[in-house]
Amino acid sequence: MKHIDEYRDPELARRLLSAIHGRAGSIGRTVTLMEVCGSHTHAISRFGLREVLPENLRLLSGPGCPVCVTSTRDVDIALHLAGINGVVFATYGDMMKVPGTGGRTLQKLRAAGADVRVIATARDGIDLAEAHRNRQIVLMGIGFETTAPAMAAVAAACREKAIGNLSIFSVHKVVPPALQALIDDAELAVDGFLCPGHVSSIIGTAPYRPIAEAGKAAVIAGFEPVDVLAGILMALDQIAAGRAEVALQYARGVNPEGNPRALKLLGSVFRPIDADWRGLGTLAASGLVFRPEYASLDAVARFGEPQETSREPKGCGCGEILRGVKTPPQCPLFGNRCTPALPVGPCMVSSEGTCAAWYRYHRSGLEAGPARMNAESKKLRRNSL
Amino acid sequence: MCIGFPGKIVTLGSDGSAVVEIGGVQRTIRLDFLGEDASVGDYVISHAGYAIHRVDEQLAEERLATLNELMSHETY
Repeated sequence: MKHIDEYRDPELARRLLSAIHGRAGSIGRTVTLMEVCGSHTHAISRFGLREVLPENLRLLSGPGCPVCVTSTRDVDIALHLAGINGVVFATYGDMMKVPGTGGRTLQKLRAAGADVRVIATARDGIDLAEAHRNRQIVLMGIGFETTAPAMAAVAAACREKAIGNLSIFSVHKVVPPALQALIDDAELAVDGFLCPGHVSSIIGTAPYRPIAEAGKAAVIAGFEPVDVLAGILMALDQIAAGRAEVALQYARGVNPEGNPRALKLLGSVFRPIDADWRGLGTLAASGLVFRPEYASLDAVARFGEPQETSREPKGCGCGEILRGVKTPPQCPLFGNRCTPALPVGPCMVSSEGTCAAWYRYHRSGLEAGPARMNAESKKLRRNSL
Repeated sequence: MCIGFPGKIVTLGSDGSAVVEIGGVQRTIRLDFLGEDASVGDYVISHAGYAIHRVDEQLAEERLATLNELMSHETY
């Protein structure tokens, strides 16, 4: 596959790795980089990069997985909407197993008879609405700047076609406020960030300037092994030279100005609002709700919220894991009470979730004790078993 | 959810859609965010059924060649 295979070239990856080892060695101290994209988390685990990187380079996963940062309250609202008689609730597959209060999920709701459908594209919502004129279609609007424009396009198409039986529950979030919260977090000592490639395809490079202004490296990286390694090397180069700037590794996927068409539509359909993030709390202007012209499409305005109080799952470390202050093996539930088959928290659900990635790709290593597993994690994992 | 791969446009629809091929699999996507910039043969990155970026192939090749050159000469 063009634009993918070239970036899985083992020889180029080996050379990059060798350069990374050299650069990290010259820095001497421990360097901490945080990836703020679930696809980076997945790629780093899938390609086994953590195991071959230098000892003094720590990679932390941040709040880069949309379903993971969705609050339990918002999951409960989704469950409420999906349970309403006559509603067809349509969502991307990641949401199906995310537990709300008391461990309820969309999947369980569907098994109990609710009409919950998994869609691959937001556009399917329009087809559903046109195919079921006498039903109410509710779309789960979830995701960062990458997927939010698709929902904005559906909202615009809805108005254009005067579709009256479709509404959207928007828990969309934008990435820059979360980055700012991480920069401001005194508990989190990070030297640089690997910034999300496809969010940047939409927002461009400018929104990352506050990272550089805070004296930290910011590298927008792609998702293949060569991309991630080249991104890490570019960040180390900045740190070694005492520089802090926004750099673009993923030039084939990102225009520096972003995607003006998508941004324009996004801004015409949605406006920013304070939003609750799991682990990070309420962040100003970090969520997206409909502008007044589109308010009739708001599913919560149409169907209301559940009365019950929402409760976080007991003992779940997702919040701290999303802030990068804990790794999955440091959560007492990881791998025993919380697994991808029976997840307690959302980080174990989505393939982009940190716990799911660790469980899938590192668990055997954690148990068998391979050569290069982080010693601290191994010890903590043993203690938790 | 945010996983996107570059697919090659094989046909353009008249309604703002296109069929892209990714590793032998064909999928229909929308081109709302690319407008007239996309043509058959172009690689585009799609998310949730919408193309969000057209790959500048010349730029991609130049950047990859530069990286290969840097690494093979151990400039680092």
